[in-house]
Amino acid sequence: MMNSQEQPIISVRNVHKWYSGVHALRGVSVDFRANEAVGLVGDNGAGKSTLISILAGLHAKDEGEIYVEGKLAAIDNPRDAMNLGIETIYQYNSMVPNMSIARNMFIGREPLKASFMGVGLLDEARMRTESVAAIANVDLHLRSPDALVGELSGGQRQGVAIARAMHFKSKVMILDEPTNHLSVKETAKVIGFVQSLKAQNVTGIFISHNLHHVFACCERIVAMAMGEIVLDKPIAETSIEEILQVL
Amino acid sequence: MRRFIKISLQKPELAAALLLAGLVFFFQIMSNGVFLSPANLRGILGLMPEMALVAIGVTLLMICGEFDLSVGSVFAICPMTMAVLMAGGWPFWPAIVAGLLVCAFIGFLNGWLTIRFAIPSFITTLGMLFMVRSLTVVISGGFPPRLQVDAIPTWLFVEFVGPGNLLRASFLWFVVIAMAVSLLLSKTNFGNWVRATGGFLPAATAMGIPTARVKIACFMICSVLAGFAGSIQVMRIGSPLPSIGEGLELAAVAAAVIGGASLLGGIGSIMGGIIGAILIRVIDNGMVLSQVDSNWFKFAVGALTILAVVGNSWLRKRGQSMKVET
Repeated sequence: MMNSQEQPIISVRNVHKWYSGVHALRGVSVDFRANEAVGLVGDNGAGKSTLISILAGLHAKDEGEIYVEGKLAAIDNPRDAMNLGIETIYQYNSMVPNMSIARNMFIGREPLKASFMGVGLLDEARMRTESVAAIANVDLHLRSPDALVGELSGGQRQGVAIARAMHFKSKVMILDEPTNHLSVKETAKVIGFVQSLKAQNVTGIFISHNLHHVFACCERIVAMAMGEIVLDKPIAETSIEEILQVL
Repeated sequence: MRRFIKISLQKPELAAALLLAGLVFFFQIMSNGVFLSPANLRGILGLMPEMALVAIGVTLLMICGEFDLSVGSVFAICPMTMAVLMAGGWPFWPAIVAGLLVCAFIGFLNGWLTIRFAIPSFITTLGMLFMVRSLTVVISGGFPPRLQVDAIPTWLFVEFVGPGNLLRASFLWFVVIAMAVSLLLSKTNFGNWVRATGGFLPAATAMGIPTARVKIACFMICSVLAGFAGSIQVMRIGSPLPSIGEGLELAAVAAAVIGGASLLGGIGSIMGGIIGAILIRVIDNGMVLSQVDSNWFKFAVGALTILAVVGNSWLRKRGQSMKVET
């Protein structure tokens, strides 16, 4: 068998998904290896969003298996995925606009001073200091952790989402169309961030329909069409033209 | 400093607090100083908890992004359950606990139906409003039982306490509950989930918050508080009328909205809901003292609701447009 070096961090085996009669995933099998930046591309409705919703725990697969670090994984809800080290940054921002940055950083994973039956007092001082540090770590400069997320620009919000994912020590970061609605400058920053994941030992799965963005920051490209994987090659061995043909 | 002003302007309860201060001042002058006299404060503060407790629950639920129109009926069924059980020989404590459990179950049903069938809570609780009111009349058998006041520790709930007998015991219950729910909302992880669930449901779901359970919990808290408030009223007046609390659901929504809660969820504060409830009491009482025709009461509450919401959104916009470094 494979040695641990080659063992994929996530292995998707023959996964099927139906949405009320629509066969959205038709037996998808794909591996994501440690420290790899993979671009997942495809037209609208190709199944890439479905695949990542299953990995993120938002939807349940109907058939097939997912292995994380070689072990069969049951991902039934977003918490399961997070506990396995899979963090997802969504296209339509996983932030609550009328809550502060510090509150958003820790939604669902609040540090508590004391608790009783799962409900407890927030450690607000820790939330503030840790969010300031986490944001600084992704090279974003925000002065106050008390500012409302709704007041930030699209790029800043994406930055906070990335900071949150990094703070919780993810092993795999899924970025779902992170460059949508961003300015040119902010897009460059996100691409730079995906490039930097390798150095931090994080696997990146970058979903986009902008092939130029994918080619700028990924090592390998996986293309989907009609719910199937139609191409899986290192960037060096393919081209935008080839990918456009298979989509 | 600018940040402080900005944050203050965006406080949801600001407009209501300003209105309250203005109205108190106004009625104090109009009534030649009677309004803030101890005797009158006794009247205002004595009745205030009943409405304010309902407003606390409704506000919490609105922040969670849902709506409860059944609180007026739940307000009536809790004391009716208690009175009927006591008439059947139950002691007071098990009887009131049974009444509150009935309310908790109604709240659970409101939440479960809303979420399970993905229907607006406006509809679920509108239906519940009629069903629970009807049940209240049915279990009373048409003739409400006499409340055995002797068997009730009224000193614990409704009797006057404190210096100068200024307050009723119910006021102390109200203060404790108000602080507890405020803390729950602003200082705990549960409160964070409530705000996230009401503020932006997709984000809350994606972050793994059990949004269905959070909502159901809020529905249950809201119902139990309404039932408790109804029980206090019945212990005060000494008779479990099946018609108490009619129209209360809209007054409670008005209180929450006056206090800055958004109908869309995510925005609001418990303090705001309380201020809203006090405002409604103050108008009611102040108009009487100022010898205004009492038929204008509902007009005033209605006008106030609109005024407070307009004022709030104006203040919030002013706050948002203030530039501070992020």
